[in-house]
Amino acid sequence: MDWVWTHLADIGGLTLDHIALAVPPIVLGFLVSIPLGYWASRSPAARGVLLTVGNVLYTIPALALVVLVPVLLGLSLLNPLNVIVALLIYAVAIMVRSAADAFAAVSEDVRQSAVAQGYSGSQRFFRVELPLAGPVLLAGIRVVSVSTISLVTIGALVGIPSLGSLFTDAYQRAFLLEAAVGFVMVLVLAAVFDLILALVGRLLMPWNRGKSVRGGDRARLEALPVKVTGSI
Amino acid sequence: MAIEFRHVSKTFPDGTTAVEDFSLTIPSHETTVLVGSSGCGKTTLLRMINRMVDPSSGSILIDGKDIAEIPPVGLRRSIGYVMQNSGLLPHRTVADNVATVPMLTGVPKRKAREDALGLLDRVGLDRALAGRYPAQLSGGQQQRVGVARGLAVDPNILLMDEPFGAVDPIVRDELQQELLRLQGTLGKTVVFVTHDIDEAFLLGNQVVILQRGGRIAQVGTPKEILANPANEFVADFIGAKRGKRRLTAEPGTGDEVLLVDAAGYAAGVITAPGGRLELVGTGPKSRSVSNKTDQAGDA
Repeated sequence: MDWVWTHLADIGGLTLDHIALAVPPIVLGFLVSIPLGYWASRSPAARGVLLTVGNVLYTIPALALVVLVPVLLGLSLLNPLNVIVALLIYAVAIMVRSAADAFAAVSEDVRQSAVAQGYSGSQRFFRVELPLAGPVLLAGIRVVSVSTISLVTIGALVGIPSLGSLFTDAYQRAFLLEAAVGFVMVLVLAAVFDLILALVGRLLMPWNRGKSVRGGDRARLEALPVKVTGSI
Repeated sequence: MAIEFRHVSKTFPDGTTAVEDFSLTIPSHETTVLVGSSGCGKTTLLRMINRMVDPSSGSILIDGKDIAEIPPVGLRRSIGYVMQNSGLLPHRTVADNVATVPMLTGVPKRKAREDALGLLDRVGLDRALAGRYPAQLSGGQQQRVGVARGLAVDPNILLMDEPFGAVDPIVRDELQQELLRLQGTLGKTVVFVTHDIDEAFLLGNQVVILQRGGRIAQVGTPKEILANPANEFVADFIGAKRGKRRLTAEPGTGDEVLLVDAAGYAAGVITAPGGRLELVGTGPKSRSVSNKTDQAGDA
């Protein structure tokens, strides 16, 4: 355990690096998926194309993507943007499906009623459809958050520091404790992010308290294959 | 606020014709009921009044002004709309639901919510419900909130699309009486859609019986229609042919005469001295009653 105490500053620094790599894909992935998901919920053709593309992107191995992105974008191999862009692709692949389902789940009665009351198109989207899609969107972003935090570790293999660096370092030195610390820290980080998202959801959706996401939606989300670092 | 349909037709993109060459004048400050089976175009007609559906041809005028020239969003905000299953926004409290349209039109939040409380009184709801969410209310309460929301901007026109179709018969009865009471004091131009002929006769000053394609089978007051069904279809629709409205008297106990309908069910009781039913005089009222059963039954 001495190793932990003497390396607290390193672990802290890597945790911050990890957060800095995880937050942009989660936030951007959410924002990009909202319009795409809405589009997919309104047009069956768009839904087919977007979800298929999403599935295909999701099957690209993570390590391949981290190596491919700098080649495609012309970035240096050590640029943290590579990891962010790669993870953004995965985030969107998962989140578009959630968002499409979330908007499709908004009751047609309520939509019609909003039209009849005199909501304009944008008012209806922001004040009626988006909030009502909220619970399913929240469930989706929670999956994305856990998955992204776990995937950030891959960057360590191409030299971009994160908690994953503890794994690569432990492997080179055959030092099990270091890997265990990295493992625990990733878990803690994922749990903290999830808690924050759940709390934000509670604050933003007071009408939804005490209600869980409808059975069907939850089952669908849980059926999503969450990419884990093992998939490289 | 008279509403006039002039040769209105509507064909949907999938080729179905919901309404064909429909013309009708809906008078102000009265309740007009559009009644017909499903698929007769009644909801399409209703939705044309606030431009949720635009006609393929023909025009609709409100007080002589063609509504095709009025931007739909503003038009809808000026017309109350109450629908089946209330259509309340599940993520807004009761007060906010009632205050929806005033807030859209820029009334300050606080004032809109205060006004909402007054509207809850008006439709017979406890103010304590103001902070609840729609899912926490009964079906009947939700419909009352729906009516309160429809009245929130004090519109001249109130459109009601089968508003009491999804509640149980006892609650429906209450809601119908409540609407009659409200309409008695407010005198809105109400356009009400239903498939229930009894509801149509109870609520309507003018009743429009529709056939497929929005063809008008008969227009008139409930009395006129009951007394003189225009054709087989109407007679059948109002139940005259089935003898539902043809009542026969049977002796009851004491001064009571039992009225039995054609199916053999007791429909009501009349108190008559000595248990004998006599038509006193030949005033217009009693004549129309006798006409009603005879003609409707023979049609």
